[in-house]
Amino acid sequence: MNRRTLLASAAALSLAAGAALAQDVPKIAFVYVGPVNDGGWSQHHHESAMEMKDHFGDRIEIVEQESVPEGADAERVLTQMALSGADLIFTTSFGYMDPTINVAQKFPDVKFEHATGYKTADNVSAYSARFYEGRAITGYLAGAMTETDKIGYIGSFPIPEVIRGINSSYLHAAQANPDVEIAVVWLNTWFDPAKEADATQALLDQGADVVLAHTDSTAPLSVLEKAGAYGFGQAADMAEFKPTPRISSIIDDWAPYYIERVQAVLDGTWESHNVWQGIGDGMVGIGEFTGPIPEDALTHVTRMKEDIASGAYHPFTGPINKQDGSAWLAEGEVADDGTLAGMDFYVEGVSGEIPN
Amino acid sequence: MIRLEKRTQPSGYWTALSPILAVGLTMIVGGFMFWALGKPPVEAIRTIFWDPLFHPQFADYSRPQLLVKAGPLILIAIGLSIGFRAGIWNIGAEGQYIMGAVSGAAVGLAFYPSQSVLLFPLMVFAGALGGWAWAMIPAVLKTRFGTNEILVSLMLVYVAENILASASAGWLRNPEGMGFPGSRNFKQWSAVYNAELLTGTGMHWGVAAAFIAVIAAYVMMARHIQGFNVRLTGEAPLAARFSGVSPAWIVFLCLGVSGGLAGLAGLFEVTGPAGQVSIDFGSGYGFTAIIVAFLGRLNPFGILAAGLLMALTYIGGELAQLMLGLPGASIQLFQGMLLFFLLATDVFTNYRVRMLRREAA
Repeated sequence: MNRRTLLASAAALSLAAGAALAQDVPKIAFVYVGPVNDGGWSQHHHESAMEMKDHFGDRIEIVEQESVPEGADAERVLTQMALSGADLIFTTSFGYMDPTINVAQKFPDVKFEHATGYKTADNVSAYSARFYEGRAITGYLAGAMTETDKIGYIGSFPIPEVIRGINSSYLHAAQANPDVEIAVVWLNTWFDPAKEADATQALLDQGADVVLAHTDSTAPLSVLEKAGAYGFGQAADMAEFKPTPRISSIIDDWAPYYIERVQAVLDGTWESHNVWQGIGDGMVGIGEFTGPIPEDALTHVTRMKEDIASGAYHPFTGPINKQDGSAWLAEGEVADDGTLAGMDFYVEGVSGEIPN
Repeated sequence: MIRLEKRTQPSGYWTALSPILAVGLTMIVGGFMFWALGKPPVEAIRTIFWDPLFHPQFADYSRPQLLVKAGPLILIAIGLSIGFRAGIWNIGAEGQYIMGAVSGAAVGLAFYPSQSVLLFPLMVFAGALGGWAWAMIPAVLKTRFGTNEILVSLMLVYVAENILASASAGWLRNPEGMGFPGSRNFKQWSAVYNAELLTGTGMHWGVAAAFIAVIAAYVMMARHIQGFNVRLTGEAPLAARFSGVSPAWIVFLCLGVSGGLAGLAGLFEVTGPAGQVSIDFGSGYGFTAIIVAFLGRLNPFGILAAGLLMALTYIGGELAQLMLGLPGASIQLFQGMLLFFLLATDVFTNYRVRMLRREAA
C-alpha cells in the first residue's frame, strides 16, 4: 500500500465514521411501570432520564414507554425497542427482571440495565439504591420525634428491600429512643393514594405519631398534616409538605448513574456489572431537615449522614439479633451485601410477622 | 328535524356496519387528538394499524405477537358472550382468569421438577377448574339468594387479586428467588412450558384453544339446544320458562362456561407468555375481553375479529409510543374511543333515523 492510497483510505474511513456519527447516535430507551407523572417511582426515573438527556443533548436519542405492565407485555415492549435499534435499554422496575434477561438473550448486541433486581448477563447490568441508608436517618428522626413511643410503617410488598427499610428504621429509631415500638401495615401496592391514606389513619388510631411510608404517593403526608403528626417524603422530596408534617425525605436520584452509563456506551467502555449505590454515590438523597427537630437529634443525623456517605458507619453494624433472639451480627460486625440483598427476617424488637 | 324511531327488529345491516363505522370514526377523532398533541396524525394512525402488520423492521415479530395478545382476549370473550346473550353479566372474568392461573400453577408447582407428560394436561384441567369454581360463587349466590352477579363477580376480582399477591409473595414464591415475590419461571421448565407450537407463529396452546372455542361456541349457539335455551332466556325469559328451561341451570351454565374459559386463558398465559405467577400477573385481560365481546357483537367470529383488532391497537399503540413518543394515556384514550363510538353507532341498530320536514305552523 503506497502513501496515496493510505491517505485516501484514511480519509474515507474518517468520512464514514463522521457520517455514521451523524446519523447513528446511540438510542437510549427507558421503560416505566407507571405513568411518568405518578409523583413517585416512575416520575423520578423519568426526570433522571430527562436530566441525562439534557446532559448529552444531540449526542444521543432517547425513547420512553410508560405504564408497561410487568410480564408478557414487558417482554414484547423490550423486543420492539431492541428491534427499533435501541443501543441501551433501562428497565426501571423489579418485575422487568425476567423479561429483560429473556430479551437480552435474543439481542446480544443490545445493552440492558435493570433496576432493583439480582440477575445479570453479559449484556445485562443490575443497579439498585441502598435506600436503607436513608431509612437509618429517617428512622432516627422518627424515634427522636415520637412522644407516644410508637412509630408506624407503611409497607408495600414483603420483599427484601422493604424489610431492610423496616429493620433499618427500627434500629435507628431505637438508638434515639430505646422504648420505641414499630407497627407495620402491608398494602401490597407501590402506589394507591386511597389505601395509603387509610393505612396512615389506622396507624394513627393505634397510637403512632410518626409514620414512615414505603409507598410512593403523598396521601400519607396529607393525613399526617391534619392529625398534627410527622412523616417523610418518599422517593421524592415532597417539599409541598414542608416544614411539617414532612420533616425530611429520602430522594431517589438516578441521574448520575444514567449519565455515567450512557457515557460508557458513548466511550465504548460499557460492561455488565451489579451495583448498589447509596448516599455516598448520590443515588440516595436526603431532603432538608425541617420542623421542630430537637437540636441534638439534628446534630446526630447530620453526622450520621456524613459517616454513611464516607463509609465510616454502616447502618447494619452489630450487635444485632434477629427477631427470635438468635444472634445475627456480633459486636462491631457489619452485614454483608448478600444477606442484605435477600433479607427475609425482622431484627429483634420489631413485632409482628412478615406476611407470606 | 331529525327523529329516532325504534325499530321492531334490530337491523342486521347496521349490526354488521356499526363496528366498521366505529373504527373509522375512532381513526378520525383519534387523529385529531394526536394532531392536537403535536404529533403527525396520519403517521400515528398508520403506526397503530399498519406497522404491526407490514413494517419491514417489526412485522415479523409483531404479527405472531398479535395472536399471543389476542388469544386470551378471544378465549375469555367467547365465554362472556354466551352469558351476555342470556342476560347474565359476568363482569369478574379478570378474577376467574387470575384464579385459573393460580390454581393451575399451584398444581404444577406441587410436582416440581417432574418431567411427566401428564403434568401439563393436569395443570390445564386445574386451571379451568379454578376459573370455574371462582365463577360458581356468584352463580350459587344468585340462584340461592338472588344476589346480583354483576356486583358479586366484580368484587371477587379484588379478592382474587389479593390471593394472587399472597401466592406470589408467599406460598408459590420461588424458593430460589432470593426472597423476591414471584413463582418459579415456567419457561425454564420444559415439561410445562406452554411454548409456541410452531416456531415463529405465536401459536401456543392458548391461541389454539381460542380458535377451538370460537368454533365450539358457534356450533353451540347456532345448532345446539343449550345454545337455543341461552338465547331464548336472553330474548324472552318468560317464553324460556314456559318451555321448561330452568333459569338456575342457565345461570350455572353461563357462569360456568365463562369462568372455565377465563381460567383456561389464565393458565395458558401463566405457563406461556407471562411465565410465572407474579403480583402483577392480572393485566386487565378479563376487563378488556368485555369490550372485545361487545365489539364482536357477541358473535363468535365477530369476537375473533374484534380480539385481533384490539390486539392490534395494543401492539400498534406501543409502537406509536416508541416511534412517535405518544403518551401512554393517549393510547388508552384511543382504545376507549373505539368502545364509545361503537356504543354510539349502535343507536342505528335499534333505531331508525327519520328526517321530518318541518310543517307549516
